[in-house]
Amino acid sequence: MNPAEKSDPVDVRYVAGLARLALTDAEAAAYQHDLAQMLAFAAQLRQVDVANVPPLQVLTEAQSAWREDVPAPGLSREAALQNAPLVRHGQFVAPKVVE
Amino acid sequence: MNTSLHELGLLATAAALAKKEVSAVELATALLDRAAQVEPKLNSLTWQERDVVLAAAREADTARAKGDTRPWLGVPLAVKDVLSVNGQPCTAGSKMLRNYVAPYDATVIARLRAAGCVFVARTNTDEFAMGGSTATSCFGPTRNPWSPARVPGGSSGGSAAAVAARLAPAALGTDTSGSIRQPAAFCGVTGFKPTYGRVSRQGCVANASSLDQIGPLARSVEDAAALYQAIAGVDPLDSTTSPRPVGGVLAAAQQARDLKGLKLGVPREYFIAELAPELAQLTRAAIDQCAALGAEIVEVSLPHVSASLPCYAVLGSAEASASLARYDGMRYGLRVDAPELMEMYDRTRAAGFGDEVKRRLLFGTLVLTSRYHADFYLRAQKVRTLIRQDFLQAFTACDALLGPVTLTPPPRLDAAPDSASARQWGDYCTAGVNLAGICALSVPCGFTADGLPAGLHVVGPAFQDELVLRIGAAYQHATDWHQRAPTGLE
Repeated sequence: MNPAEKSDPVDVRYVAGLARLALTDAEAAAYQHDLAQMLAFAAQLRQVDVANVPPLQVLTEAQSAWREDVPAPGLSREAALQNAPLVRHGQFVAPKVVE
Repeated sequence: MNTSLHELGLLATAAALAKKEVSAVELATALLDRAAQVEPKLNSLTWQERDVVLAAAREADTARAKGDTRPWLGVPLAVKDVLSVNGQPCTAGSKMLRNYVAPYDATVIARLRAAGCVFVARTNTDEFAMGGSTATSCFGPTRNPWSPARVPGGSSGGSAAAVAARLAPAALGTDTSGSIRQPAAFCGVTGFKPTYGRVSRQGCVANASSLDQIGPLARSVEDAAALYQAIAGVDPLDSTTSPRPVGGVLAAAQQARDLKGLKLGVPREYFIAELAPELAQLTRAAIDQCAALGAEIVEVSLPHVSASLPCYAVLGSAEASASLARYDGMRYGLRVDAPELMEMYDRTRAAGFGDEVKRRLLFGTLVLTSRYHADFYLRAQKVRTLIRQDFLQAFTACDALLGPVTLTPPPRLDAAPDSASARQWGDYCTAGVNLAGICALSVPCGFTADGLPAGLHVVGPAFQDELVLRIGAAYQHATDWHQRAPTGLE
């Protein structure tokens, strides 16, 4: 039995947690339905014979790209902070993360 | 001359400025006035500030008066609202970035700015470029200039509509699964998706980074080639860009008169039952025109075309879910306060992202979980190999491919263009090009009985961008579909 059969519904709350997305109950129900639909659509890929086919992960020819190691100015502090939701003492402010 | 300044194409604009037949301020004024007239109907722009635009135009005129002869000095351009222009908003059509002002230029913008361009407007887009209708934007939907009850396509629908409606001589867009070519076809303009690696994405709001590419929308292939040539080429700030020389693409397009010596393939899988009969007919007529220009037409096969949409749905969503991880309410963008960090993330993202973005974010996250990874994500990457091999195989039998860009004319806005059926068919002809990393062009090739534009798709091998533009330019030299303009917008 394939792991993604309909009989085994998607745990939308678990996925939303991974995606860091708060959902209302109504949204959770709607996306639960949509995700099942999208999985069914994507399951068409099972009809393609991919035995011994390597995955395509990199399109470019470049192996690794190196920039010249020369100093260049970055954003000024003012420019870097101009879009910040909350700034104090010239720094980004985050909610408390330690007890 | 002033009444028709907005009619000038990109190269014609540059030439008129160079000959001092018109000033940058006159041009900008004409475009601003035009926008004031038609925007209430279209909603193709997300930002345009008269004072800012005129100040930039004045600066260009002053520079010219002092002897500055840069080729694009004072040339106005519209920019899709996902590309950073220093000092202008960059919202990606999302509440998440509604108040974001870019603090730097994207590489493509820096190149055009150095050449003297004036950035006159930002164009509407589906939220984070995820959609095919421009209806998922937080600024509301853009209307098709040929039929305001219909969508302009998307996600670069604002750029396509603005170019068609003469609000700018050309615009930049982005294409992840068809987002330049499909709106170009729907709006009767020329749109080009360059080969992956040809144009730097630095400063572009990422959607799916193995697929995204920036390209031009313009009123002719020559204009598109000129804009492409100005933005293409290796960039140390985008490691996926290729060091291969870009070459004299514009000159090649300008010299194209016929298609002698070229073998052009027509993939039979594009002519499926879902292809609207009128579009099939218009595409066939365009292919006949290419034959009349000297091309040898051969039938070819792309056996995995029908897998390209589920393949894109999986890979595009997975990559998008990673691209969107940066929106954390911390350094820029929306923040919804909460006492705890994790709750702040969850609430911020819930409030900032729209419905379609959330759906893709969730689906992309889902297919990357250990339970679904092998069966969906890894499998899709394998199918991607087969899709690419199909194109490589086809290009052993021909130089480039011809076909339709879309299966239908632009749908009505109230026909739920981002429904499941749109997901199933919307990018059927275009998504494979992005998955294979190759290049493709949409050129206007006629109109339906209802007066809706259709596009001819010219698809070329990787780094054969010049060939594709040459084919499109030869076709346009023999036809005048690209010169038609929508009426009744005022």
